[in-house]
Amino acid sequence: MPAIVVDQLHKSYGDLEAVKGISLTVKEGEIFALLGPNGAGKTTTVEILEGYRPRTSGTVEVLGFDPARRPEEMRARIGIVLQSAGVESYLTVAEVVDLYRGYYPKPRDRDEVLKLVGLEDRPAVRVGRLSGGQRRRLDVALGICGDPDLLFLDEPTTGFDPAARRNAWATISGLRDEGKTILLTTHFMDEAQALADRLAIMRGGEIVAMGTIDEIQSARPSATRIRFEVGDAAPPAELLPAGSERHDGGYEVWSDAPVELLHKLTGWALDSHLELNNLSVSRPSLEDTYLELTGELAEQSARE
Amino acid sequence: MRNLRLLARQIRYENRAFWRNPAAAFFTFAFPLIFMFVFQAIFGSEVQGGLTAAQFFTPAIVAFSIVNACFTSLAMTTVAVREEGILKRVRGTPMPSFVYLAARICHSVLVGLLLVVVVSAFGAFAYGVPFPWDQLAILFVTLMLGAACFCALGLAISGFVPNERAAPAVVNAIILPLLFISDVFIRIPPDNTLAQIGNLFPVRHFALALQGIWTPALNGPVDYTDLLWVAGWAVLGLAVALRTFSWESHA
Repeated sequence: MPAIVVDQLHKSYGDLEAVKGISLTVKEGEIFALLGPNGAGKTTTVEILEGYRPRTSGTVEVLGFDPARRPEEMRARIGIVLQSAGVESYLTVAEVVDLYRGYYPKPRDRDEVLKLVGLEDRPAVRVGRLSGGQRRRLDVALGICGDPDLLFLDEPTTGFDPAARRNAWATISGLRDEGKTILLTTHFMDEAQALADRLAIMRGGEIVAMGTIDEIQSARPSATRIRFEVGDAAPPAELLPAGSERHDGGYEVWSDAPVELLHKLTGWALDSHLELNNLSVSRPSLEDTYLELTGELAEQSARE
Repeated sequence: MRNLRLLARQIRYENRAFWRNPAAAFFTFAFPLIFMFVFQAIFGSEVQGGLTAAQFFTPAIVAFSIVNACFTSLAMTTVAVREEGILKRVRGTPMPSFVYLAARICHSVLVGLLLVVVVSAFGAFAYGVPFPWDQLAILFVTLMLGAACFCALGLAISGFVPNERAAPAVVNAIILPLLFISDVFIRIPPDNTLAQIGNLFPVRHFALALQGIWTPALNGPVDYTDLLWVAGWAVLGLAVALRTFSWESHA
């Protein structure tokens, strides 16, 4: 049975349609990432799945339950790490973890939880005295202390330094290795690349791409990027496919027939006695794909 | 059974956090005692109609204790846990939300009752105002009605406070003028317009009922219509709270 099934989910706030009929399935035991810029509808979607918001229409199942009814059995089997949520700041780390463990029928051992998130040497510290990164790790601790089958992580590493992010990633992969299902929202490509088995990219309330990272990248029409510099010369216009870009002496060309294009380009350079400096042929990074799919690239160039 | 266990446990943790928070402990617990001490120092020597100031202030500060713990503190802490996202976090766990809220209410009532004991003892031993042992039942009913009324109103008000910074201003703007026209800080003759305005709200009725228990010579014994007013406001407060209460910040 899949952990999450979403079919034709719509959510409107008055006239604003925040989620426009998305469908997705999260399999048991996988890490599924929901990617997208702010305002794409990620948090709305996740909060519907967590039971915080009613949906406007569509069907949603979380561990076989309808989250809109917020059944206690469902809440006992999920863990939620919100983007920002307070903790009783006058209690110590150990006390807060114990307090929240007490809410669940089968909690995980406290020391084990603290060890998993890397707070094992701070049990007696008051929550109000933790650093920002430690507070975030405590958020994760409270999310996993009930030993959930399904964990929601809303931007778990925002504000982390690179080393702390690597540690958080190791924790998250470790949870997957235990068989947990994880729904992760993030706007970091490298995070999705490092963690996600499958991902969905959202834009304006819709899913614009979904699948494994390989599937998403190969589904892209102009899948190969060719870059080169030719000094002051300019290749003839018929050699450059639509959408080619020129920036300070360099060309960036996208092609779905790279062999033919390279043959023509190198032929032209040979005939013109030119060198194609810094010639590179590469698959687009996930970041390129993401920026193109979410339209952030267009917005960025419009601003420049 | 499980809910009762969760409730008791939550109250224990609330209590631990409460006493570690110096501001909460001071404003809820020390405030009424300081007021009592200051009023007594200012008006202590005055005797009206054979009654000492302490005979007025002891039940008045008992009323203030319940108002302070149940209305003022509960409203402010409820806004704080809502704005900080603690309510939202708890709602994502299997802990029933109403049990969590009940624990906060119970803790406020327990703090209020503890204050009542301390204020009564203070009045009895420091100022010679005897504790009304012969009226324990009606005292208990009055205190419970007052606690229910002011907790309900505190929760109702929390829904109108937009954010944490506005909480002290909104809550005090409502309760301080009421305390002044409700025979808590000063005594107002019943035919005065201010007293009649005060009569529309629950604080004056609650204070008069307690004064009727402690010092019947002041306004006569307990008038049960006062208790009905308090009960009526409890129902109104609950009805409003059910409509306006919010588990999440609107920001």
